[in-house]
Amino acid sequence: MSSTNATISSPVMPVHDPKGGLLIALNATLKRDMMLMLRRRGEVLNPLVFFALVITLFPIGISPDPELLAVIAPGLLWVAALLAALLSLDSLFRSDYEDGSLEQLLLAPQPLAALGLAKVAVHWLLTGLPLALMAPLLGIMLALPTGSYAVLALSLALGTASLSLIGAIGAALTVGLARGGVLLSLLVLPLYIPVLIFGAGAVQAAIMGDGVTAHLAILGALLAVALMLAPWAIAASLRISING
Amino acid sequence: MWAFINKLRSPKWFYGISAKLQPWFWALAALLLLTGTLWGLAFAPADYQQGNSFRIIYVHVPAAFLAQSIFVSMAIAGLVFMVWKIKIADMAATVMAPLGAAMTFVALFSGAVWGVPTWGTWWMWDARLTSMLILLFLYLGVIALRGAFNSRDSGSRAASVLTMVGVINIPIIKYSVDWWYTLHQPATFTITGRAAMPMEMWAPLLIMVLGFYSFFVGLTLMRTRSEILRREANKRWVRDLIEELR
Amino acid sequence: MAFSSLNEFLAMGGHGPYVWSAWGVTALLFMVIVWHARLEHRQLLRGLKRRARRESQSGSYPHGSAQAPVKPAQGDVHHDA
Repeated sequence: MSSTNATISSPVMPVHDPKGGLLIALNATLKRDMMLMLRRRGEVLNPLVFFALVITLFPIGISPDPELLAVIAPGLLWVAALLAALLSLDSLFRSDYEDGSLEQLLLAPQPLAALGLAKVAVHWLLTGLPLALMAPLLGIMLALPTGSYAVLALSLALGTASLSLIGAIGAALTVGLARGGVLLSLLVLPLYIPVLIFGAGAVQAAIMGDGVTAHLAILGALLAVALMLAPWAIAASLRISING
Repeated sequence: MWAFINKLRSPKWFYGISAKLQPWFWALAALLLLTGTLWGLAFAPADYQQGNSFRIIYVHVPAAFLAQSIFVSMAIAGLVFMVWKIKIADMAATVMAPLGAAMTFVALFSGAVWGVPTWGTWWMWDARLTSMLILLFLYLGVIALRGAFNSRDSGSRAASVLTMVGVINIPIIKYSVDWWYTLHQPATFTITGRAAMPMEMWAPLLIMVLGFYSFFVGLTLMRTRSEILRREANKRWVRDLIEELR
Repeated sequence: MAFSSLNEFLAMGGHGPYVWSAWGVTALLFMVIVWHARLEHRQLLRGLKRRARRESQSGSYPHGSAQAPVKPAQGDVHHDA
């Protein structure tokens, strides 16, 4: 990064170990975002309430028959969780964009990709992880067969991490647009499909008594690919949204 | 190589060279598409299982190929634009996107029509059709994102990033959809999933595929020229060109 | 030749509507695409020519000069000094 070089060669700046500088910056970003999000509890709770509400709609719209619900429960839970995660994406960079702190992030000597990753990590901790923990509860209400609850939570925890990373690209691309919300879902949902296939597949495999390690391994692989590539795309997108 | 890349930086050079290349691609496209159509519709033997409905393959498969290739071309153009700041690449990517969406639509429509005699229904969540549908959404996303920005340069760069993200995801989507399909509908008959076609059947298919590609190149050259005029309208060489034409 | 008569060719062994609608829509779309691209190019050229004519009449872009077009400054210049 050219900005990093500039800081190191600048005579005014005190000489710090750049690695330590990065860790400090990551820590600070994590703490700051955590604190901001925890202050706006509504924003953390909204996706969870949305998740529960959507799950309530399905038995009303389709049928309260437990046998039917048990068949479609894995897919319903996964789709509803995916939509809940999508709902929370628009606010990922929005307030930082509006109050100008995103620009400060861009000017920071630390690589933007790493700082963006820290923000995504906070997003997953406060959206994806709660959704994963809440899903078994809603699974009971949908008569999800026993033996698949742990897999449901685990697949959601793994999968929502990928969803947060991919979704952050879309959020970064649309953060400068006035009506980015609808566009965001158009950009992001097609890219969510592989995660949905293997996430819901894992739960179905657990119900049928097949091995779930293959599915979870693929979910992990998707997460690894997303972890490698998404931060760069997020950084490039944030630069476009702010400079243009 | 570098001389060529530097030439590509000049829209004026591209405007001239594309005018010379264009007629050749149109002629080639017309020749190939007419030959392929005649051969595929009238001379190729009927399929022993599907009868004459199999002839839809000659528009379905080339359209599906082209739809995927155009997205990859757009991603390459986006990369060239982002790395070397070559504006021609972005102009080409801009005009390719609607054609790609149109080809995806052709593949979906012909697939749906083909489904009626083959599966007895207009729509099946067949692996190929499902991936095509997702590809259509990817195209719509790129087009919409480009249009959403007020500044053309931001829109171009955003669309380039999204296209590159999409092109990494296309194989992942394709394989996961294939996997999902085999899991849920085992041993169903896929419309184009057949091995060992006789020569009289695949030769027209090859001709049609090449014809579709020539059409794509010809159209991209033509529309890139229009895009150059649109974006460079205030440049000196465009003004001089218009003076000459007047 | 896979067909012995024109009627047989049009019927496509009972699959006529499907085969012909798939090909028809594709052909139609190709023609519309080409028509649109030609129209687009012609309209752009026509618009640019019209602009050149307008500017040569008002004299704002003198033919052969390397200057960027300047707006005619006649009577709308205010000197507040």
